[in-house]
Amino acid sequence: MAGLSRRKARAAWIFLAPMLITLAAIAGWPLLRTFWFSLTDASMADLSAWKFIGFDNYLMKDQYGWGGLLVDPDWWRAVYNTLVFTILSVTLETIFGLLVALVLHQRFFGRSFIRAAILVPWAIPTIVSAKIWAWMLHDQFGILNSMMLSLGLITQPIAWAASPDTALAAIVLVDVWKTTPFMALLCLAALQMLPTDCYEAARLDGIPAWRLFFKVTLPLIRPALMVAVIFRALDALRVFDVIYVLTSNTRDTMSMSVFARQHLVEFQSVGYGSAASTALFMVIALLTALYLTLGRVKLAADPN
Amino acid sequence: MGFQRSKSGKIFRRIAFAGAVLAIAVIALFPFYYAILTSFKTGSALFQVSYWIGDITLINYQSIFREQPFGLQILNSLLVATVVVGLSLLLGVTAAFAFGRVRFRGRGLLLVTVLAVSMFPQVSILSGMFELVRALGLYNRLPSLILSNLVLTLPFTVWVFTTFMRELPKELEEAAYVDGATPWTVVRRVFLPLMGPALVTTGLLAFIASWNEFLFALTFTLSSETRTVPVAIALISGATALELPWGGIMAASVVVTVPLILLVFIFQRRIVSGLTAGAIKG
Repeated sequence: MAGLSRRKARAAWIFLAPMLITLAAIAGWPLLRTFWFSLTDASMADLSAWKFIGFDNYLMKDQYGWGGLLVDPDWWRAVYNTLVFTILSVTLETIFGLLVALVLHQRFFGRSFIRAAILVPWAIPTIVSAKIWAWMLHDQFGILNSMMLSLGLITQPIAWAASPDTALAAIVLVDVWKTTPFMALLCLAALQMLPTDCYEAARLDGIPAWRLFFKVTLPLIRPALMVAVIFRALDALRVFDVIYVLTSNTRDTMSMSVFARQHLVEFQSVGYGSAASTALFMVIALLTALYLTLGRVKLAADPN
Repeated sequence: MGFQRSKSGKIFRRIAFAGAVLAIAVIALFPFYYAILTSFKTGSALFQVSYWIGDITLINYQSIFREQPFGLQILNSLLVATVVVGLSLLLGVTAAFAFGRVRFRGRGLLLVTVLAVSMFPQVSILSGMFELVRALGLYNRLPSLILSNLVLTLPFTVWVFTTFMRELPKELEEAAYVDGATPWTVVRRVFLPLMGPALVTTGLLAFIASWNEFLFALTFTLSSETRTVPVAIALISGATALELPWGGIMAASVVVTVPLILLVFIFQRRIVSGLTAGAIKG
């Protein structure tokens, strides 16, 4: 048997090798190169002609004063936008997702149709949903303005995606529409794993539904909810598509990913863009570590 | 009296519940319905808000295929997504066998590393990947997208398959080992036949992820002949900045989304179980 388990362990490494090599080549290596580029003045035009400049992309001082990412107001604006977007959208998605899940948890005629229907926003490519909403939010011809005008909610059309006051709200709206289904499904899965007997007992005792929800349901599904929240938050922190399409490259709504790509590709400054990418990576790694420690979330339960 | 109140309360609750269900359905489906509606309009009708489909014109659908290589772009997306799914499944199954069925040192750490890859932001590998793509001579060619999209699908595939394999009973493989089978035979003969449903589900999710990918496709392709459909839609522009061809954009959106929606309705149950297996247990 010892021979077999040694043989199995050797086989395991052989089986893992193709996947590990692939991941190392397409994720590990590019990530390390990005870290490295962030310490250089590399340019997109010629990636081989670079000079090592240390941490100058992050912070440096020359005759004009301080420079670099850490004193770049546009960068901090992007950090702020990303954090506000993440907090708003994940909070709203969690609330709406839970509400939708509670509805879908009931038995009713046509439940499986509704369950399929809520997958539609999730399956539509982000680009497409951003375009559809851009059209619906159009300042002159958009259906949303028309609806709100006829209901008397507003007196004149609003340029949702174009005006700095409403652009971030518009982005959050589109993201919430698109990803609430994902949250709802995760909540639903958690709800369906709950034991039914304590609900029977509570119903017989006449305990009101809302108390049951806050005292029993919510604590029981909390672990699943925490995992769902971190998945969504990590997704929201790297947001790119919806912002790029809906509001393009305006400073007012730029996220960290949009900022990094703009410097990398449009301004061709790979060094500076890589510094922004690296900073985003660090922010995400830090927040994940914090969340996992503070929330005591168990992500990788060891098999057996 | 009490009986009366509870009865009317029950009716009220039923109406409120039906309202909630209706609201969910309308909010989920209306934007796509509106896109279909718009795609059938042209000229001045486009700029009149309406809620029902009136005169149907297919001009927008004809023009997207005529004015740009949209058919080719669909083929590009299809090709990239199919190869990405194939590679992810192949590499994922063997890796998951090792992770899920064999005890070896460093397994937990490796598994967490793989999961971490699926969490880091795509933009953080953009410049490194750009260099790699150029060094391999793949810039503005579809293999560059296959390589980069694997970053999205492979960790997730490994994770779901590992969860799936862990739950299969031990007796299955033990009998085969007693008969002198090699691990490779066990994967092929014992596990693969059982994994049909997991392969379909995960393959579908990987397909959707690759089909929808935008950042890499936007960065690593240049000409309209190598674009995938999300990039093509994002870059549709009118004669002037003021004159965006909304009819055409909506027609293109409908064309790339309808297959996904059909898949979602057909495989609804499996998609739900796949998503939850990938996230909750993950």
